[in-house]
Amino acid sequence: MATKIFKHIQTSVVPLPIENIDTDQIIPARFLKATTRDGFGNNLFRDWRFDGDDNPKQDFVLNNPNYSGKILVAGKNFGCGSSREHAAWAIADYGFDAVVSSFFADIFKGNALNNGLLPVQVSEDFLKKIFDAVYADEHAVVEIDLVDQFIKIVATGEQESFEVNPYKKACMTNGYDDIDYILSKKDEIAEFESVR
Amino acid sequence: MGQTLFDKIWDAHVVSSSEGFPDILYIDTHFIHEVTSPQAFDGLRQRGLPVFRPKQTVATADHNVPTIDQHLPIKEELSRYQVDMLTKNCKEFGIELYGLGHPYQGIVHVIGPELGITRPGGTYVCGDSHTSTHGAFGAIAFGIGTSQVEQVLATQCLLQSRPKRMKIEVNGKLQKGVGAKDIILYIISQISAAGGTGYAVEYAGDTIRSLSMEGRMTICNMSIEMGARCGLIAPDETTINYVKGREFAPKGEEWDKAVAYWETLYSDADAAFDEVLSFKAEDIEPMITYGTNPGMGIGVTQHVPETASFEAKEQGSYKKALDYMGLHDDETLLGKPIDYVFIGSCTNSRIEDLRQVAEFVKGKHKADNVTVWVVPGSKQVQQQAIAEGLDKIFNEAGFPLREPGCSACLGMNEDKIPAGKYCVSTSNRNFEGRQGPNSRTFLASPLTAAASAITGVVTDIRTFLKEEELV
Repeated sequence: MATKIFKHIQTSVVPLPIENIDTDQIIPARFLKATTRDGFGNNLFRDWRFDGDDNPKQDFVLNNPNYSGKILVAGKNFGCGSSREHAAWAIADYGFDAVVSSFFADIFKGNALNNGLLPVQVSEDFLKKIFDAVYADEHAVVEIDLVDQFIKIVATGEQESFEVNPYKKACMTNGYDDIDYILSKKDEIAEFESVR
Repeated sequence: MGQTLFDKIWDAHVVSSSEGFPDILYIDTHFIHEVTSPQAFDGLRQRGLPVFRPKQTVATADHNVPTIDQHLPIKEELSRYQVDMLTKNCKEFGIELYGLGHPYQGIVHVIGPELGITRPGGTYVCGDSHTSTHGAFGAIAFGIGTSQVEQVLATQCLLQSRPKRMKIEVNGKLQKGVGAKDIILYIISQISAAGGTGYAVEYAGDTIRSLSMEGRMTICNMSIEMGARCGLIAPDETTINYVKGREFAPKGEEWDKAVAYWETLYSDADAAFDEVLSFKAEDIEPMITYGTNPGMGIGVTQHVPETASFEAKEQGSYKKALDYMGLHDDETLLGKPIDYVFIGSCTNSRIEDLRQVAEFVKGKHKADNVTVWVVPGSKQVQQQAIAEGLDKIFNEAGFPLREPGCSACLGMNEDKIPAGKYCVSTSNRNFEGRQGPNSRTFLASPLTAAASAITGVVTDIRTFLKEEELV
């Protein structure tokens, strides 16, 4: 099955300079009861975004009209904790195409890649530069190019290359799907089962 | 050059390996539950695919089931729908379901081992990060996302890059009152909630070796809390004795063959690890967390760190955590009043945990200000506890024994800690809102939780043990 294609984006960013953002914050467990993949964006960062009476918390960045864009920029160890893929669904459903951090938790990273949401791991220095740029100008634009594997702060021209698994890069830039790939090896699976 | 335990098991399960691609890894058993599977079954329907190996798939309902009156229909509509959906999907795709009311029902990471499904040398996955628990048997066990659940349902394989290998050794004699939960909370506090990211962690050393299977499961369970891809412990006599005779364990000739293979499962003396860490058992106190990730832990007699002791860029996140917890720099947790005690979860809900708590609380009673929930990990654990009379001890102590499920570990059912309240919990995560919106969690061992329930405040279990010469 074809999945979402990602090659290149250029957009303003949403800064969330908090470390160790776990998937319980991204999407609290009580919102995991849906049986489809849709609509999780409404509850993205639910308890940081809304108070107990469902009123928006004005001090949270997603409720600040000055910040918008398709890139979420967050502190290190983003996506730690539960394996819930609902976290990646919620971020993508809200409208983000990429998450930038100086460190990602493994399972989240894999889940994001499987949903056309690009996790971009940058150095601590470069992460700080992005935060500095967006706090100097909330409309600061960042460019992410998956094909050539670089991220750039457009206003200053500062850029850094990032790593991505070559297989997952091919999947994301072409819309390929893991299951199609494994099914293409079905004979090898049968062979493995027969000899063990 | 010798091989690590991890590499031996991995290599035995590689179906296909191509340069530039992740390996295709064969999965022996796939555990599924109601929360992370429905979208995967939908994916199969859209693709027109069957479940490739339904007999290697085991299902249970655990995450959002109630822990009282399980014989009645689930009251909460969305939970009921999700559990019903699991039943429907298992029926449609031919998967064995240990649902509510079944004698094998329970938390997925408790039932796999107790039924003898989890065995040394195997590969196990589940759409749940605490799948790392099964590594305690000397197995590779990963938590996976729902797209991967669909992948394994469709192919019995998982596409996965080989992680780096880390060895964590713990040697020496534990103090009285210190157990497996304290060991793992201590390790995570030393290396941080991200310290194991990218690694398969093998736990070794004589302290680890001295632990029961239940203790080893507690250790491996929390591997994910340091970010590790999985955790594992080489099988030995303790492992083999635990598996022997269980419902789905190999029998007769098959058993002898299996044991002969299991005895080859250890890291060779000259095996190379990418990282080796060593800790001394004597340095470990009963542990408690004070913050909002499992790396934020201290010995129960220590003080909460000062904000100024962190790098400038980390101070904002640190302060946010302390504010959430209602704590301040240099505070001591000893003597802090608490509201709830939760004894349960895939970390600490096995029969040994309940026996240990029962032995300690026998003849005591909980403090008036504390509500205690004891939630067994499975129906079998519950039945065993009742057979041993532990339920009576618990009742007399004000620790009612409930029915099995994930319960207040993540508050997907009714078992939620109210906003602002403090809970000493034997579970695995102290994230903001984990046990209910704005709840505050102190992670600790079953003994520390039980002692705190008796006194009504955060307590050093060792003060009791000195008086009683217990454990």
